[in-house]
This record gives sequence, C-alpha cells and structure tokens, in this order.
Amino acid sequence: MRSRPNLSSNESLKLTAKTVASLNGVSFRWPTESQPILEDLNLTIEAGERLFIRGASGSGKTSLISLIGGLLRPDAGRIEVLGKDLAALTAGQRDRFRADHVGFIFQMFNLVPYLSLVENVLLPCRFSPVRRRRAVEAAGGARRPSAEAERLLKRLQLPESLIHQRRVSELSAGQQQRVAVARALIGRPELIIADEPTSALDPIARERFIDLLFEECANTGASLLFVSHDGDLEERFPKRLELRGPQDGPPKAHIPC
Amino acid sequence: MLTRMALKSLRNRSGSVVLTIMSIAVAVFLLLGVEKLRTETRESFLNTLSGTDLIVGPRSGSVQLLLYSVFRIGNPSNNLSWDSYQQISRHPWVDWSIPLSLGDSHRGFRVLGTNEAYFQHLRYGPGNHLVAADGMLSLAQFEAVLGDGVARELGYQIGDALIVAHGTGEGSFTEHDDLPFRVIAILEPTGTPVDRTVHVSLQGIEAIHSGWESANHRDPGPGAAEAGELAAEPAEISAFLLGVTQPTHTLQIQRAINEYPREPLSAILPGVALQELWGLVGLAERALLAVSTLVVLTGLFGMMTVILSGLNERRREMAILRSVGARPRHIFLLLMAESTLLGTFGAVSGALLLNLAMLAGAPYLRASSGLHISTSTPGAIELLVVGAVMVTSMLLGLIPAWRAYRNSLADGLSIRL
Repeated sequence: MRSRPNLSSNESLKLTAKTVASLNGVSFRWPTESQPILEDLNLTIEAGERLFIRGASGSGKTSLISLIGGLLRPDAGRIEVLGKDLAALTAGQRDRFRADHVGFIFQMFNLVPYLSLVENVLLPCRFSPVRRRRAVEAAGGARRPSAEAERLLKRLQLPESLIHQRRVSELSAGQQQRVAVARALIGRPELIIADEPTSALDPIARERFIDLLFEECANTGASLLFVSHDGDLEERFPKRLELRGPQDGPPKAHIPC
Repeated sequence: MLTRMALKSLRNRSGSVVLTIMSIAVAVFLLLGVEKLRTETRESFLNTLSGTDLIVGPRSGSVQLLLYSVFRIGNPSNNLSWDSYQQISRHPWVDWSIPLSLGDSHRGFRVLGTNEAYFQHLRYGPGNHLVAADGMLSLAQFEAVLGDGVARELGYQIGDALIVAHGTGEGSFTEHDDLPFRVIAILEPTGTPVDRTVHVSLQGIEAIHSGWESANHRDPGPGAAEAGELAAEPAEISAFLLGVTQPTHTLQIQRAINEYPREPLSAILPGVALQELWGLVGLAERALLAVSTLVVLTGLFGMMTVILSGLNERRREMAILRSVGARPRHIFLLLMAESTLLGTFGAVSGALLLNLAMLAGAPYLRASSGLHISTSTPGAIELLVVGAVMVTSMLLGLIPAWRAYRNSLADGLSIRL
C-alpha cells in the first residue's frame, strides 16, 4: 500500500492545515455537451472541514463528486486527494484509492436491498482492506468489523431491534440514510461525500440527520463535502460554494466567507 | 465473497430465480433421462444373453430373429422343422443347443416351449446361470417354470395350475383350458425377459395344439393323459440357441446353417445382430439427444435473458457497489457468479430430480418392460452434463457481465432511478 496520512480523530482536529482534497483550475465537459459544465474550478477541503456545495440540478454537482472520487478525469486542471495527484493513478488505483479514503452517501435507496443492515455497513470493508483493518482496530482489535458496524449503527440511533433486521426495505427513509452514514464512516475514511442525502427526509428528520452526520464526522475526524440544491441547510456549514452550471456563462466558484 | 453476495442477490429475486432454475432443471432432467434410458437399455439388452454363439431360426432378418428369440419382442413369422434342429444340434462341433417355441401366452406373459437344456446352458449378464428361487428346475410335459415377475405379478406359487392361451395378447382369444400346467419352479430375478416368461416343455406346447390346429377346436379335444400319448415330439420350433465346442468354429457353422439345403435357415451372431439393432435405433437416439441438448440450451438462454433484463433496474445497485469500492471487475464477476450459480443449481437439481424419479419409477419400469435401471451411483454422464451446463452458463454469463461492466464504467456513481 502506498503511504497515506494517518489521521486519527485527535490528530485531525489539531492538524487543520492538512489538506484532504484540492482542485486547481479544474474544467470538465461531458463528451455529449458543447459547453463545459465545470470551468476553472478551485477549491480545497482541509482535514475535519465541512464544505457545503449548492447548485441546481445540472450545475455540475455529480460531475464534481465523480471527479473527486476519481471516476472522471478533468479536461484541465489538477485534482489532489490526500496529497495524491489523481491523474497519476490508473483507473484501478483510483478505484482502490477511493475505496480506502472516501465514503459516499447518496440521495435515497442508498442500500443494497439483498444485504442486511450490518452487511450493508460492512460493504466498504469487503472491498478495502485498509478500511477493514481500521474498522477492526476501532472495534478493539480482536473483534470482527461487524462489531464496529453495530457500534456505528447504535451511535446513529438505530434501534437495537432494527440492527439485526434482515430486510433494509422495511426501514424508513431516515433510518436508511443513517445506515448509509454508518457505511460511509466505517473504517474512518478521510473524506465523506454526501450527495443530497436529506432530499427524502422531512424537515425534522433532516435536522436530526445533519446533527448526527456532523457529530460522527467530528468523531472520526472526517472532512465532509455536502452537496445539495437546498439552501436551507447552508447556514449550518462554515464554508460554502455555489455551482452555477454552464447556462449563465462560465461557472464560478463562489465562496461567501 | 462475491459468490456469497451473488447468492444473496439471487435469493432477493427468488421468484424469477426459482422459475429459471426450474426450467434448467427440467431441461437437464430430460437430457439425462434420455441418455440414461439409452445407456441402460443397451446395458440391459447386452446383459440379456451371454455365452450363446449362434441363434438359429427360419430365414428372416437378423434383428427380427434376435428380437423374438431373445427379447420376446414381436412374433416369429415362420417356424423351422424339428428334424433340421435335430440334425444341426447333433453336429460334432455343436456343444449344446436350446430349442425355443414361441407363440402362446398366459395372461399377457409370453409362454416359451423349451427343454431342460434351457436351464443348463442359458446364461445372462456376465455369465450367470438361471437359479430356482423355489422348486426344482425340470420340465416334464405339463409343468411350468415361472420367471420371477410372472410369479410375483400373478401371485403364483409352487403347485398352482395355469392355463395357456394361443396368441400373445392379454386375455387371448382361445384358451387351452382343458390342459392346465402345474407350476413346478419359480426362478430368481434376472433383470432379463426371462423374468416375464412362462417356461413349459416343448411337448406341452405340442399337446395343447394337437387336435386343435386341424379341427379348429370343434371337437372337444383330447384329455391331458391322452394328449401326453399323442405328443411325443414337436414337429416344429420357432428358433434355437447354440453353443459351439470351439469358438473358432462359429463362423463355419454359421455359414453351413445359412446354406442348409433342406430348408432356408438363418444363423446369426448375437453381438453382430445387436450392433445392427443399435444401428437402426441409433438415428432416433441421436435425434432425441440433439433435441434434449437444445432444450437445455434454451433453458440457459432463458436464464441469460432473465439476468440481462434485470440489469437495468439494478444499475442503482451497481452504482452503490461502485461507491463502496467495488471495481468494475467486481461487478463483472458478480454477474458471472450469478449465472454460474443459476446454471449449477439448475443442473444439480435436474440430476437429483432424475435420480429421484428413477428411484420411484424403477419398479414400474422393471415390471412393465423388464428394464433394469441402476439407480445406485451418479455416473460419468451426470457429472459430464452438470459440468457442461456449469461451463455453458458461465460462458453465457459473460454477456450480462460484460453489459453490467460497461454500464458501471459509464454510470460511475451517478444513479438513475
């Protein structure tokens, strides 16, 4: 395995200067479009930082996430995650790198329907030995990573009776999203990317979800990249960015504070 | 790891999965059944007769002669004279001979007129002799020796009397009811047509027919005692089996019989005639085999279609797997595992189904046709077919796997509803 900054939670809170991800002059155009959807985009996410990215649909949110996740390559510019230039990695290496260091939370139906709650949470450990090892360490070494999965589910306030439930389809939308958070957090990835995770939740559930997400990200020291079209949540993030998409001229990265 | 995931994924879609497995299982059942029946029939035919060098009958096709003399299938169209039989069987190169007289029946079972040489020289399987389960193997004039199946099905015991009918259908037209035969022995089961044969003496056959043929059954017919006096030797028999002193003489004797001057005769080598028979049925067998192979392929293509048509609605699932670190090749392998598992489950359950069916159906087959199906061990054929289905389903799985691989590369993490 390649070298990797070791961020335990305490360290990461202290070392706020550590950059988790940075984009320098990044442009991207879908092959089928004439206009680039992202142009000359600059942003950095420091360790433990929470960044809110607002944008309507079609503004390039998914493209941005895919670029940071290493699923797309930029047409211009440089993307570094944990000090690694993604362009220098092969597709397979980027896949592995993403599995090791990035946790994803999507809008809804985030879970694999035929796996149990704990199995869903453990998925990243199946594909990433790094996260599996860290999950075992977090569970106290000797125990299996499933102990860590259960601990995370409990911390995310999923009732004990539900944790051993077979079918994830019987969970409410809010519960499903909390399972997805546990899955993103297991094995302490340095970066959590959340793509409209609250769109299926009512306002009360949404607030509770955000609280829990912040709390757990702080707990593991993970940085949070939160993407939404919903400006209501913006206030809760110290750092914000708006994507405008290609229609009104070249998109600008706009950081109000 | 991916296999376990594939299993869970299949279980989640159990409705279509069960149907797919069933269609493959039925196809494999058919293919294995055809193949099993084919090999078992051959085995069974091959085991019916051993140690006989020549079969001799009136001039006819060798397959026909083989079928009625050994397998009791069909009827002799002609007879040969007792004198010819006597002359040939006394030849110094002839070690032994068994006369066979066919054409009568008892409640649906063939009645065979013969003599004690039958019990002495007839061999079956690897060279087994006929053995009496009960009673003594002798054939005096109005004595009958029953095959195992006859005794079991009709409930006969030693000492029972039975009536022989002319013709071979069940409840034949004319019963020789004035001349009953007494059961003197019951044979051990052999797994050959012997089990389904009533053996009586040649003289017995002759006796029930004398006073019958000429008079067309109008006069009351002779009583048992009287008939015994009348029928000393039969005038004709249907065929005879022959053993030679030296195997090297077989072909010479065969030629001599085929050129026998006093009446047209045919002498056949049982093995050669059997080969000829297989040549005749081989075409039908191959056609049946080809059809059932195509049925299996159809089942597997159906499976591939089910997986392919499910792919679109599973794009979200694939994107989730990609987001938690699955690489495109994991998606590929997951889909491959699914089709291989489906094919394997289908093939194995088809093979199990066949073995269960054979266990359940073997007694019936044996009773109705004398065919013995060995159900003990799954043979090379089963392994071959199950293996071939596994490999084919794996190869067919490449298509949905490739499609999913391409999808997951194109979709990345973007999820379509």
